[in-house]
Amino acid sequence: MIVALSSSPTEVWVVVAAVALGTFVFKAAGPVFLGRRELPGRTDAVVALIAPVMLTALVVVQTFGGHEEIVVDARVPGVAAAAVALWRGVPIVAAMAIAALVTGLLRLAF
Amino acid sequence: MDSERRELRLRDGVRVALPLAPGPVLFGLTFGVLAEASGMGGTAAVVMSATVFAGSAQFAAASVLQDGGTAAAAIVSALLLNARYAGMSVAVASIFPGGRARRLVESQLIVDESWALSGRSGRFQWPILVGAGALLYALWVASTLVGTIAGGLLGDPNELGLDAAFAALFLGLALPYLKQRRAVQAAALAAVVTLVLIPVAPAGAPLVMAAIACLLGLRR
Repeated sequence: MIVALSSSPTEVWVVVAAVALGTFVFKAAGPVFLGRRELPGRTDAVVALIAPVMLTALVVVQTFGGHEEIVVDARVPGVAAAAVALWRGVPIVAAMAIAALVTGLLRLAF
Repeated sequence: MDSERRELRLRDGVRVALPLAPGPVLFGLTFGVLAEASGMGGTAAVVMSATVFAGSAQFAAASVLQDGGTAAAAIVSALLLNARYAGMSVAVASIFPGGRARRLVESQLIVDESWALSGRSGRFQWPILVGAGALLYALWVASTLVGTIAGGLLGDPNELGLDAAFAALFLGLALPYLKQRRAVQAAALAAVVTLVLIPVAPAGAPLVMAAIACLLGLRR
């Protein structure tokens, strides 16, 4: 299971500042820094894969991640229930509530 | 009644974005709740919404921190997710009028929805992008603030299944991308890399390493 936030407040603010700065530069890249130009070669194809790749990795970490070990616990049925709900067209926020509810109840029960 | 030559105004951008309003409001609330409950802190969450204004990257950073990952892993994961904005902003570079400072400010209103709405007519339109972006920005920051207040009222985040809720969120965000074969292959590779690395690498590192799966895009 996961321990509540182990990062210090300083670390949190470093993350906020760095992500803000980097995103600022990305968003200003075209209108301010580069102008309109073609990106080299296959860059678009690689960039297009970033979202599915990173989001999938986040799913795996949040479902099976432990302290440097793979943990199968109450999260797995919770996420599975959410997956079924999403597949049936339930909105994301409702699927999150389902995951939290199933996992939370299992933790209470065992 | 509107002729095609009627000039678009900012309020047209606001108007076309209104039907999308429930999305950023719900996600903003969710981000506020998760950030507050996971210990990131309400102030940091609101400042992050105001300065980053990009949902999935903010959730990624909060999730890595909650998971005990390093600040570096949180930053790299979030910035990888936001790298798409470089490509998107290059595509709309020529529609921004005015001087450098003004373009710098207005370019920050580029977000998935405002960008997509502004290009619906076949060519990108500045009033739509900036009008829609401004509305979405206001909703995003305000709902984050409300969410942090609600999040503070919740109990122990992990007892509530917060970790599973994060996983469900990312799954829901990933699904629309998984309609093309290439994306499914890359996602599967990322899942394998992450699973293999979790037992051997420090928290956060498997996530960053999984990004190599994007290189599948280089294959023809």
